[in-house]
Parts: sequence; C-alpha cells; structure tokens
Amino acid sequence: MSELLKISDLYVSAEEKELLHGVSLSIESGSTHVLMGPNGAGKSTLGLTIMGSPEYTVSGGNIVFEGEDITGESAYERAKRGIFLSFQDPVEIPGITLSEFLRNSLEQITGKHMKLWDFKKKLKAAMEILNMDSSYADRDLNVGFSGGEKKKSEILQLLMLEPKLAILDETDSGLDVDAVKTVSKGIEEYKARTGGSLLVITHNTRILESLDVDRTHILSAGKIAAQGGAELVEDVLKNGFDKYIGK
Amino acid sequence: MKEKTTVADIDRSRYDFRFEEDENDFLGSGLTAQIVNELSAEKNDPEWMREFRLHSLDIYNKTKMVEWGPSIDELDVDKIVTYIRQKSRMNTDWNDVPEDIKQTFENLGIPQAEQESLAGVGAQYDSELVYHNVRKEVAQSGVVYTDLESAMHDERYAEMIKSHFMKLVPPTDHKFAALHGAVWSGGSFVYVPKGVKLEIPLQSYFRLNAKGAGQFEHTLIILEEDSYLHFIEGCSAPKYYEAGLHAGCVELYVGKNAALRYSTIENWSKNMYNLNTKRALVAEGGKIEWVSGSFGSHVSYLYPMSILNGEGARAEFTGITFAGEGQNLDTGAKMIHNAPNTSSYMNTKSISKSGGISTFRSAVVVKENAVGSKSSVSCESLMLDGISRSDTVPAMDIRTKYADVGHEAKIGRISDETVFYLMSRGISEQDARAMIVRGFADNVSKELPLEYAMEMNNLIGLEMHGSIG
Repeated sequence: MSELLKISDLYVSAEEKELLHGVSLSIESGSTHVLMGPNGAGKSTLGLTIMGSPEYTVSGGNIVFEGEDITGESAYERAKRGIFLSFQDPVEIPGITLSEFLRNSLEQITGKHMKLWDFKKKLKAAMEILNMDSSYADRDLNVGFSGGEKKKSEILQLLMLEPKLAILDETDSGLDVDAVKTVSKGIEEYKARTGGSLLVITHNTRILESLDVDRTHILSAGKIAAQGGAELVEDVLKNGFDKYIGK
Repeated sequence: MKEKTTVADIDRSRYDFRFEEDENDFLGSGLTAQIVNELSAEKNDPEWMREFRLHSLDIYNKTKMVEWGPSIDELDVDKIVTYIRQKSRMNTDWNDVPEDIKQTFENLGIPQAEQESLAGVGAQYDSELVYHNVRKEVAQSGVVYTDLESAMHDERYAEMIKSHFMKLVPPTDHKFAALHGAVWSGGSFVYVPKGVKLEIPLQSYFRLNAKGAGQFEHTLIILEEDSYLHFIEGCSAPKYYEAGLHAGCVELYVGKNAALRYSTIENWSKNMYNLNTKRALVAEGGKIEWVSGSFGSHVSYLYPMSILNGEGARAEFTGITFAGEGQNLDTGAKMIHNAPNTSSYMNTKSISKSGGISTFRSAVVVKENAVGSKSSVSCESLMLDGISRSDTVPAMDIRTKYADVGHEAKIGRISDETVFYLMSRGISEQDARAMIVRGFADNVSKELPLEYAMEMNNLIGLEMHGSIG
C-alpha cells in the first residue's frame, strides 16, 4: 500500500500554547486508523491541523499528502486534494441550503460542473443510505439540526465528496444506538465504494465494529504514547489509558 | 493565488456609465423662483402645480438642513443642477428612443427584461420619461401606468392627482421634501381600479446621468378597493465626480382590502446622496408590503413609512442594506398604527464592511385608538471586519396597553469557524465569505422577483470581491 498521509515530528500551537509535541504517524491508502486518547490529549487538534484550521500554527515538522508537503496550504486546497474532516460540532449556516452547499462544494472539489439532475440523484441515494428525510436537502445547513442530524449531515457530505482521506472526529459521540448504526452504514458504504482511508477519532468501539482497523494510535498530552494494531482498541476499552500514559 | 483588490477598485462598469450632455441643456445652478417658474413653464404645469412648486420653494428656503443623521455637509444643493431636459420627449416605441439612451438601457438589460414578462417599462433617463410602454392587456384591464406629467393633463386623472399629490409627504415634512415639491420632475403614475388584480408586476427603472444632476422623480400609486399590484422600482446611477443628489418621493394609497407590493433595489454610485421619502396610506383590511435593497450611495436616508389607517390594515417591511467603504447608510422603516387590530412586521438585515457605517433606524407608533394591534421588529446586522460599524436605533411610541409589540436585534460578525468549515469543503475563503453574506441576505432575496434576486446576489458578489488581503 502506498503512503497517503505522512506526518513527521509535528509541533502545533494555538494562542502561544504548544498542544502537540512532535507527533509522527503515517496512513497508507485504503487503510483504517484509529486515534484514541484521554480528553485534552490533542486528538481534535491533530485532526483540525491536518485539515488546515487557521486556529492552529504548525511550529515544527510537516504534513505530506501523496508525496507533497501541504503544511502551508489552506483548508480549501487540502479539501481539493481529497482530505475531509467530519467535525465534532459542525457550524450552522443560515440561508444556505444543505443541497446548494453540497453542490457548490462538489463542483469546487471536482472542478467539474454537475448537472442538477445528476446531483439530485446522487444526493437522494446518499440520503437514503443514511435514512435522512429528503426534506433535509432544502433546509439551511445544520440550522436547527439535532446533534444526531448534524453528524448524519457530515457523513452525507463524506458520501457525496468521496475524499481520499476522511478524518472522523468523534462522529459517534452523543449518538444513540440506532444513529451509530446508520452512521456506520454510511462509513462502510464510503469505504466500499471509494476504498478511501480513515482516521477515526473515537472513545468506543461501536463505530469500529464494521470496520477492519489496521492501526491504532494513542495520543496523550500531545505525544504519541503507543501504537499498535486493532487489539490496542480492545485493551484500552477494557483497561483504560493508564498503562499507556505512564500513570 | 490570492487577488488583492480594494473596494474602491471594484469594476463597477456594468453600472457606471454615462454619456456627455450638451451644456445648453442645463438650466443653471442654484435655486430661485425664476428657475422654478421656468421649469414649471417648460413642463407646461397646470397653474395649481406652478403655485405648489413656488410654495414648496418658499418652505425649502425657510427649512433648516437635516442634522440628526449622517452628515450631508458636503452636499451643496445650489450647485446641483436640478433639472436636465432630455432632447427626447415621451416615446412608446423602443425604436424611437434615441441611440445613446437606448444603449444605456440596453446595458441595463431592460428590453430583454421586458420580454421576460414585464408588464410595462417606465424608464427615467435624467429627468424625463423617455420610454414608456404598458402592455395592452394591462391597459385593457383599466390600469393606468403613465408618467405623472402627462397624467396631470389628462382630465380623467387631473383631479385625482391634485387631491393626492404630496398629501402623504407634504413639502413641510423636511427640507428635501420641500425641495422635491419645488423641482420634482418625471416619475410614474399608477392607478388600479376597483377589483383589478394585476398578476404581472409593473416595473420602472430610474437612472441619473449628467454631472451634478439631481433627480427628483415622483411616484404616485393609487389602488382602489380589492385591487392588487406589484410595483418594482430599480435604480442604478452612472459614476461621476461631483456630489449627486437623489431626493425622490413615493406616495402610495392602498384602498380597502387592496394589496400593494412595492419592491426596490437601489444601487447608486458611491458619491450620491440618497435622501428619498416613501410613504404608504393603508385603508381598512388593506396591505402594503415593502421589499427594499439599498446598495451604493455615499449617504442614504431612507425610511419608508406605512400609515395603517383602517381597521385590520397590515404592513410588512423586508429590507437589506449593504454599506462598504466611504458609505454611511441610515435606513429603516416607520410604522404608524392608527386604527384597531392593525399589524406591522419589520425584518431587516444590514451588512457593513471596509469601514462602512450601517444604521438601522425604526419607529413604531401605536396610537391610542389602535387597540388589538400587533407589531414585530427584527433587525440583524453583520459586520465583515473590525473597522466597520453597525448601529441600531429603534424607537417605539405605544399609546395603548392593548397592543402586542416586540423587538429583536442581533449584531454579529462572520466567525472564523464558519469560514473554515466551508473551506474544509473546498470553497475558497473569498467564496466562503460571499456565501455566508448571501445566506445572511437570503430572506430578502427570496422576496424579490427572480431577476432582481440574481442582481442582488451579483451585487453582493461584486461588493465582496477582493475583501480579503
């Protein structure tokens, strides 16, 4: 498998506070990685930094995607390369419907004009997978959506945009059992259809049940504390993080 | 690759174009009784109108300059040429419209627009109505759509005009209303008979041309009982370098159970003083709906007033204001509840950027007799940077305890988080910001006819272009 993302010795700070202290990890094409760690370890920071959030400054190291250094690129350039982040708490944007936003986004990312009819067909199919009522397409983006609906809307975007790398930042948190199942179905569909890579930030296994985890990273206090295979997830859930973070 | 432009560099060529005027078309600067008399003679005014003009001039000279709003000190009214006579007279056939004027209109897309289901176009070029065409079916329904000057000489409407003209906005209202009364020129007269519901909107385009020219068009619309009309007023002005003035006047009479929708997009060039007065009188069960988009101009004072004068009368005002660099736009609305069970609803959005100042000013007056009335005011402002300003000045004067009055105001900025979210979906920073602003303006553009909504979206795009860097 070829290397899709390679993060080397990454130092990241926000508001003059260093949050990541030399993180390295690499993700191969088509693989599924899990990122775990206690609250405040820097998991979301890492996800947002890979996506190019201007809130964070890279003070050392670099991020290479498909062999190219993207450390200095803005978020939209990264999105065009095929990086996607499912936000933990997506913003609400009044006046822009989910459907018009997605069409705009899709055209920007693919650089191709898409016929309205084709777009609608694709959107309808994706919404069916996620048991989303078709009326959501004409609602303002995330406005008045429940927590679960917002997460579904993120996975809908994943299915529509078909990125090469999808970072899922606690997509399963705050969801009931059925909603996790639905969201997992969407992620499965994405994997099956595109063969894309996943970096799943999570606290539990439900969302991982239908996925073959290739690699697990444990982040603690801004550093990688342990790395291993799928068995690491089980171990953490049974025994906690203590032995990995030196407590 | 980032484009770095400043707002002043915006290519406004689509909107800013003008043709040279002959010197001898001007009647001269400054305002005297002689000029007003000459103007009146040239317009072939009936005697009452000549007297009205002189009376207004008198009031104008006695009235103090407006001092409570944005500064208009730089405006030298005496310097502004109040009237420019077009060489052409009224035309009803597009083929007879002079070539340079036609070119201006064609640049504005009027003939095409007309083909697209416009009922009639009354276009004002400088001060004269040069093109006026009402489709036959509109005329057959008994609807009158013509210029005010011709209508004054038509015995069928003469009395009607005399009894309505500047009765809602008297010359004593403020200095620029007095000025308007003295030098008004051009504009539209619409009369909709009882029971006639016009499905297609009537449109008029106003334009200013010639350096230093003021525009004082007058719009008078009378709707009889149970009638309906949608009137669309669009304005754009070419760029020129002396201070320009627009002091138009709109008077709307909405009869019993009649409904009038009055939509406007104003896009003045950025040296204009837009001191416009608009007022509607609504009878029992009648309804006025205002949709107003204010772009451009250096300084604007614009507060359409609705007087709810009969039981159950209603008013709705939906407005958006966009103030960019060097602009001070003071806009809002006034609602006067003067009868029981009347209702008013105000929903405005204002955007300011690059140091622009946008002030929302509203007044709701509920008179003692207006028991059971309802009023709701909602205003939202969006500031696109740290140097722009947004103010809200709501006033309420409620004289009965049997009324339901609400006010809501929100002031916000575009959050970095929202911009990042859109960028993470492949949308550039500039497009993301424009998208957010368009979303913010969405409830207003939804109220506009399609081609105007598109124009407004284009205007927002144009104003947003180069806002980064």
